[in-house]
Amino acid sequence: MRKFLEGSEAIAEIIKLCKPAVISAYPITPQTHIVENLATMVSNGELSAQFVNVESEHSAASVVLGSSATGVRVYTATSSQGLFLMAEVVFNIAGMRLPVVMTCANRAISGPINIWNDQQDSISLRDSGWLQLFAENLQEAVDFHLLAYKIAEDKKFMLPVMVCMDGFILTHGVETVDIPSETDVNKFLPVYDAPYKLDINKPLSLGCLADPDYYMETRFAIQKTFDEILDEMPKITKEFEDIFGRSYGNLIEEYKTKDADKVIVALGSVCGTIKDVVDEARKKGQKWGVLKIMSYRPFPKELIFKALRDIPRVAVVDKAVSLGSLAPLYSEIKALFANRKKSPKTISSFILGLGGRDISKDSIKEIFRKLSVKELDGEFIDLKPELLTGGAL
Amino acid sequence: MFGPLIGRPGSSKKNKTGSWRTGKKPKFLKKNCIACRMCVLFCPEGCISGKEKNTFDCNYAYCKGCGICASICPKKDIDMVDEGEKI
Repeated sequence: MRKFLEGSEAIAEIIKLCKPAVISAYPITPQTHIVENLATMVSNGELSAQFVNVESEHSAASVVLGSSATGVRVYTATSSQGLFLMAEVVFNIAGMRLPVVMTCANRAISGPINIWNDQQDSISLRDSGWLQLFAENLQEAVDFHLLAYKIAEDKKFMLPVMVCMDGFILTHGVETVDIPSETDVNKFLPVYDAPYKLDINKPLSLGCLADPDYYMETRFAIQKTFDEILDEMPKITKEFEDIFGRSYGNLIEEYKTKDADKVIVALGSVCGTIKDVVDEARKKGQKWGVLKIMSYRPFPKELIFKALRDIPRVAVVDKAVSLGSLAPLYSEIKALFANRKKSPKTISSFILGLGGRDISKDSIKEIFRKLSVKELDGEFIDLKPELLTGGAL
Repeated sequence: MFGPLIGRPGSSKKNKTGSWRTGKKPKFLKKNCIACRMCVLFCPEGCISGKEKNTFDCNYAYCKGCGICASICPKKDIDMVDEGEKI
């Protein structure tokens, strides 16, 4: 049913339909409304789940780790500093191959303290063994949670999934969203049947020590599983489309890129702004396009290569920085074209929207304009030079 | 694909940690023991057993020789002795 909802309400609605047995979270802006809504649903009986209140995100992550290990569906959500406090547990959840699903309401990292949106939090945990799906709008954010449980709980995969949605822009934005029926959700997501779980009648140990004789294989297995997920993605999204009618293909979207001479590559909600700019430019005869990457982990390398190899000028925009080196998404896209016969003439890097700096259509137009010159390596857009000084004071 | 993930319970017994001892081992003197069980509770290996006074012993197959039992014993009824000493 189509509903007019705040992003956080929409996420709570879809999580309710996914019926997690255990929810544990610690409130943090801009994630708060999601778990606030879920807590209400649990307390008024709409959702039959254990809502475990905890004293920190480290505990929240530990609760969902332990609960997931008993073989039930679990959910948590966090943001920014909260995700960092969870960090060691986040790596453990993936290493223990537990199908936890988490929403990350993307927010900047301290210091200075900043509660507004960029993507530094989840990007910083990109190597944790979690899938990371980035949503452009509320419908995608809702749908990706269904895909998240589907992939995570697949007995072949058993890996956790982080659904990343831009803080405030999506979590507090209001849009019309199609919330699927319970019957359809049940069809897509059968009751979770754990291939291994803690059971006093059949004891086993999870999270054991793995010495140098064993550790490397645990990492190799996760790496291979990501490849297997990429191979199976079209089948999973086809099943999703057959039930819900929306198509996500290989979790990349090539928007007006086929004949484009300039393309911006991006993650998340900024893709919507770029599409508006592209649409306006197309009316004036400029051949611009967008490549939206919905699956950052696993990173669909070959598909991105194919999508960009014939584009003359490419811009990669990052809402995060790797301080002291190339921007995170940029370095990965750039690496795809090393020693390849076909490649864009230039692949430029732009950093924008950090700490909630507004990204206007003009910001995007500036990027397209700058693409007509030489390759740019980490150009900050909408920077205020008047705030910068050479000395410490 | 999966790597090593699941351990069988109780498998720690296969690892005879007694070979880790370097030089000293506990000797239960069995003279002034009051059966307070402090040695049992504090032993990090869980390898000390006994019920009545002066009946406590450790399993040398697992005792790492850390000396915590000797240190915690309120009656000084456990000594750390040289590995070679007959008990």
